[in-house]
Amino acid sequence: MADAPYGLLAEFRNETELVLAAQAARHGGYTRLDAFTPFPVDELAAPLRFRDTRLPRLGLIGGLFGFGLALAIQAYVSWTYPLNVGGRPIYPFSAYAVVMFELTVLFSVLFLFVGLLYLIKLPRLSYPVFNASRFRLASKDRFFLCIKADDGQFDSNRTAAFLTSAGAVTVELVPS
Amino acid sequence: MPASDILPVDQSIGDVSEQLTGIPLHFPAMRRWLIAMIVASLLLALFVVSVIVLFTRGVGIWGINVPVTWAFAIHNYVWWLGIGHAGTLISALLLLTGSEWRNSLNRFAETMTLFAVVCAGIYPVLHLGRPWYLYWMFPYPATMDVWPQFRSPLEWDIWAVLTYLAVSVLFWYTGLIPDLADARDRATKRGWQIFFGITSLGWRGSAVHWMRWSQAYRIMAAIAVPLVVSVHSEISLLFAASQIPGWHSTLFPPYFVLGAAFSGFAVVSIIAIALRAMFNLRNLVTERHLDILGKVLLATGLMTAYGYVFEIFDILYSGKNHDLQTLIDRMTGAYSWTYWGAVFFNFVVLQALWWRPARRTPWALLLISVSVVIGMWLERYMILVTSLYQDFLVSSWSRFTPTFWDWSTYFGTLGLFLVPFLLAIRFIPSISIFETEKTLAEEKEAHHG
Repeated sequence: MADAPYGLLAEFRNETELVLAAQAARHGGYTRLDAFTPFPVDELAAPLRFRDTRLPRLGLIGGLFGFGLALAIQAYVSWTYPLNVGGRPIYPFSAYAVVMFELTVLFSVLFLFVGLLYLIKLPRLSYPVFNASRFRLASKDRFFLCIKADDGQFDSNRTAAFLTSAGAVTVELVPS
Repeated sequence: MPASDILPVDQSIGDVSEQLTGIPLHFPAMRRWLIAMIVASLLLALFVVSVIVLFTRGVGIWGINVPVTWAFAIHNYVWWLGIGHAGTLISALLLLTGSEWRNSLNRFAETMTLFAVVCAGIYPVLHLGRPWYLYWMFPYPATMDVWPQFRSPLEWDIWAVLTYLAVSVLFWYTGLIPDLADARDRATKRGWQIFFGITSLGWRGSAVHWMRWSQAYRIMAAIAVPLVVSVHSEISLLFAASQIPGWHSTLFPPYFVLGAAFSGFAVVSIIAIALRAMFNLRNLVTERHLDILGKVLLATGLMTAYGYVFEIFDILYSGKNHDLQTLIDRMTGAYSWTYWGAVFFNFVVLQALWWRPARRTPWALLLISVSVVIGMWLERYMILVTSLYQDFLVSSWSRFTPTFWDWSTYFGTLGLFLVPFLLAIRFIPSISIFETEKTLAEEKEAHHG
């Protein structure tokens, strides 16, 4: 197990301290940051440089796909099997609207769900941070900041000292 | 509203996590749960027997016949589906409006939605007569070159309900993943660790994951709200798109959607009161929550009452003889007990909710909610049967009387709902942990910092 470590995991008592530490790390030039929190902390978007809108766009694409699919199915059925019911139109878009709306929603949600799992690369049951001794608290009431070892500035001693000075309660080296 | 009314401000967020994951992990109400489970299993067994008899002997075992060819099957279908809608509305609509009191209610309300939709969805299948031909509803290249009729609300129905079921499952599960991870980390027994470890998909609470998760969850919520409206509007078109007096009205979509929300909020209140007592959740489902539920129930009830008033106005204003006759039949005919029963159980009893102690006393709110559930059941009965039993052709007029198998199938679906619901509250966190933690942490932050 002489491999390079995964990174340093620092524990904080609340989300404010975590956000401050993440900002300090970003100021200190660290770029390979991640945080682990029991609930979403919106203020971390800036220090973690999260600006990705691929997922909302995927939802839109899914919606358009479902819309088009429903239109295509219904128009095809009307075309291949035209039923004259009292002279009513063969291609009634008002009657198509319900199924078109339903499939818009269905495929938008399907794309969002599958896209979410794809982008966050889950399911993955094993991950290095799970080996940290106190990581179980990340889903309960502790807030963790991780500076990964592949960061250009990473140095296990200096980075650990930096994290302690940023207010971390514990700092642990996570093996990869 | 003061946060102390809806949040346990004297508890730490860690306490909340321990308390809520503790429900599945160290189940505190085993005896009461087992009793409920035995009753529910008996009802489910009744359902299985009823369905076996139905499939063996056909829909003739029910009381349906010309002209009342639709009765319990569609009536209970609408009733169950309406109940389900409140779960989505609480969860999605109130997420988007930032109503934090929803956080104590949304998980079990969504769970309720799932199984209510299953109960609803199974009814039209049972009513098919030859349920093994269900697949004829889907557009597939059949050898006889016959395709479904997309101009019929009956065809829209299957798309709407299956979409609603799929979206409800995905929305529910997306919101559940972080809580399953919490339960995984609190679990000490191997079996629980494996169960929650697999179901939580390895969720680790990474901030970037949370941000993507929030994007997905909020968009899902935003499109789930119009979905609810569309699904129940579509259900109402099963009626309104026909020519039957008493059904053929543009009032039906909003009337049905509001009635659905009304009955659903009543069931949410019943479940909230039951879980609160069963698991000692008075710190999380507070009197203030019951108070709000009572107000929502009152508001949706009054909107539904407006639908009743407007239905009468609509018929009087139209001046059509058949419609007027149906109105008179509803109020004075053979089934007038369903009309006046619906008015009494839905709206007369409801008026107690203007009074604050009635909203805050669990027993009072429970009784009023049960009354609403009965009232809405009678309303669906009334809409179905009173429009059909005296149709255009006098020679075909005939009464509908539910048979033993009508009732047994209906009570059976209660088991079909309760068994999976009870399993869900046994095995997964019934209240959203991370959302409660988030609002609690923000509240503490605002106070101290």
